[in-house]
Amino acid sequence: MNSERGRLAYLDHAATTPMCREAITAMAPFLSDEFANPSGSHRFSRSARTAIDEARDDIADVLGCAPGEVVFTSGGTEGDNAAIFGAVRRHGGVAVCSAAEHHAVLHCVEHLGGEVVAVDRGGVIDIAALQQTLDNVAARGERVAVVSVMAVNNEVGTITAMRDVARVVRASAKGAVLHTDAVQAVCWLDVRDIVMVTDVASFSAHKFGGPKGMGIMVVKAGTTLEPLIMGGGQERDRRSGTSNVAGIVASAAALRATADARATQVVRVGHLKQSLVSGIMSQLADVIETVPSAATVPGVAHLCIADVESEALLFLLDEAGVCASAASACASGAMEPSHVLGAMGIDPRFVKGALRLSLGHTTTEQDVQTAVLAVVRSVKRLRRQQ
Amino acid sequence: MKVLVAMSGGVDSSVAAAELRREGHDVVGVTMRLWGGESDTGCCSVSDVDDARRVAQQLRIDHLVFNFSDDFDAHVVNPYVDAHRTGTTPNPCIECNRHLKFDRLSRRARLLGFDAVATGHHARIERQPSGVWRVIRGADTAKDQSYVVHMLDQKELAYTLFPVGHLTKAQVRERASELGLRTATKPDSQDVCFISKTGGRETFLGHRIPFRAARVVDETGTELGSVDAVELVTVGQRRGLRLPGGAPKQFVLDVDVATATIVVGDEARLERAELHADRVMWSHEPLPLGSEVMVQTSAHGATQPALLDEVGADSVLLRWRTPQRRTAPGQSVVLYDPSDRAVLAGGIVR
Repeated sequence: MNSERGRLAYLDHAATTPMCREAITAMAPFLSDEFANPSGSHRFSRSARTAIDEARDDIADVLGCAPGEVVFTSGGTEGDNAAIFGAVRRHGGVAVCSAAEHHAVLHCVEHLGGEVVAVDRGGVIDIAALQQTLDNVAARGERVAVVSVMAVNNEVGTITAMRDVARVVRASAKGAVLHTDAVQAVCWLDVRDIVMVTDVASFSAHKFGGPKGMGIMVVKAGTTLEPLIMGGGQERDRRSGTSNVAGIVASAAALRATADARATQVVRVGHLKQSLVSGIMSQLADVIETVPSAATVPGVAHLCIADVESEALLFLLDEAGVCASAASACASGAMEPSHVLGAMGIDPRFVKGALRLSLGHTTTEQDVQTAVLAVVRSVKRLRRQQ
Repeated sequence: MKVLVAMSGGVDSSVAAAELRREGHDVVGVTMRLWGGESDTGCCSVSDVDDARRVAQQLRIDHLVFNFSDDFDAHVVNPYVDAHRTGTTPNPCIECNRHLKFDRLSRRARLLGFDAVATGHHARIERQPSGVWRVIRGADTAKDQSYVVHMLDQKELAYTLFPVGHLTKAQVRERASELGLRTATKPDSQDVCFISKTGGRETFLGHRIPFRAARVVDETGTELGSVDAVELVTVGQRRGLRLPGGAPKQFVLDVDVATATIVVGDEARLERAELHADRVMWSHEPLPLGSEVMVQTSAHGATQPALLDEVGADSVLLRWRTPQRRTAPGQSVVLYDPSDRAVLAGGIVR
């Protein structure tokens, strides 16, 4: 859409963040001269194979796992599906997840008739309720196949202490696979801590400066999953399909660059988020910061604004050159009422005006100023006319 | 002008958007997401949204999707189910126009700074020398949709555009073809959008209300048979009554849900001298008693002359020039001027 300002403020990094220079540079040769299929036996293939193996080593180093535990997928959704369906098909038993999970987890668990555990007002899984659910499954004489709990919520940005979840799962669901959708964690948290306490973790490259269509899954040694995709036996039979060489190489470069810059970005973006949130909230009444900043990642500012509708607000923001989002969109592109906010028990008067402004490595002070001005003006306009 | 055009993914609204663009307006297309349940037809399916979006892209206009499914449930689907439960015959497309297109959508458009809302209806809007706005029948009489947009009041009429109302359907398809729009040969939607072809009305209602068996009797009360669901029977209906063959054709004269009784009789017994309508909306001011009007009681039915016999706060009593077959309660009745061209009012048959 046209921006009268001639400048766009992109604040939708949680949907996708621009590719970093390192990733683009790294993948370029594999889109031209280095075209070979790495599974072949000739010199071209060996060269591509080397690139993948180096990328795998690099990724393992950043994630704090062994290279053999890194599995390349098509994205976060595939990783989530592979973990949940893979665990249930291999081991049998019940799938368990939190009510605030991304649909890539929630729909799998619901499809399998699993258990969905309540979350608290901040969107964190209720540990007592999880304990109760695991005990109930055991009392029925059933076993838990997989427990899936996201590390960082994609809508509101809440961080879950995976260590606490792991403690309960290890004690009360022996043999269960503990999976985490860590898609939103990479830019903001040291993911080694998450990988350390879980059995399977899913990541998506385009959320940290890599290309779309690339995912990384860590499957710890000793954890077995029935493969979701069968065929040529790539990825040690865990995920068939010709390797996406360019995507893998770019993902490794993006992951390394993100990890190297993380400490600086956490501070820088954290300040930007504070000025964004306080700038809006100091000028508008009846706005809540959905989850206090202390409990969320720096990249997600989620507000609930009373007496406005997200769809109308997003249209005006778009007109003003601010790219933001509300909740997840359905297949038609329509905004769906957020299941996350519903599960958190947010006042319905505020839920309709949900707004997610997500920041990333390219966000500037100017973006924040543009967004504050646009949000304040748009909300005032909508409230005045309603 | 800055115009928000409602694009269902059909050919009419595609060409409506194209016409506005050609006239130089600043156009944004929007598809309303209305029905969240199972569906295979109508304006709510993902493939229709895809069509609308692709047409918008071809026309180089922005395309949005608004989720109005809460209002659609509240104002269209739930009343549709309730009507069947209480033995009346609803017209959900009219309620959708009343509550969604020309209320929720137009309110949203005003809020977002649009100067007008446009749709692909085959009807025209004219401002008469007196300054009064009227809905006028579409140029293509066979496709005229003035009946389903009768509820527009002066405020909405002044804010609404029907860019294809002056075209025939053939011309609309021709323009879509010329522009290479993928909707050019798409068939017209016929059915209620939230009812799937496979299941039909019976399955849809069966999931929502308990059906009750009903006795079928003649006018003297003699029992002739029975049906499984009184909720699915409509005044004027002839088929599906499971009456023995050989006898003269029997029509439903009355449906009494309370006692689960269906009265049948000869077609002539459906004739009525008058028609009572409630929830009447005049597009401008009510006409004086005794005025002659032309009356249409179904989407593509013929019109018949009648006189205004009573005018209440939101009701009218119409006296037919010649007796007319009874219209099922719950259906919409639309009043046109004596030339049968301009909409004056509309209401719901009592």
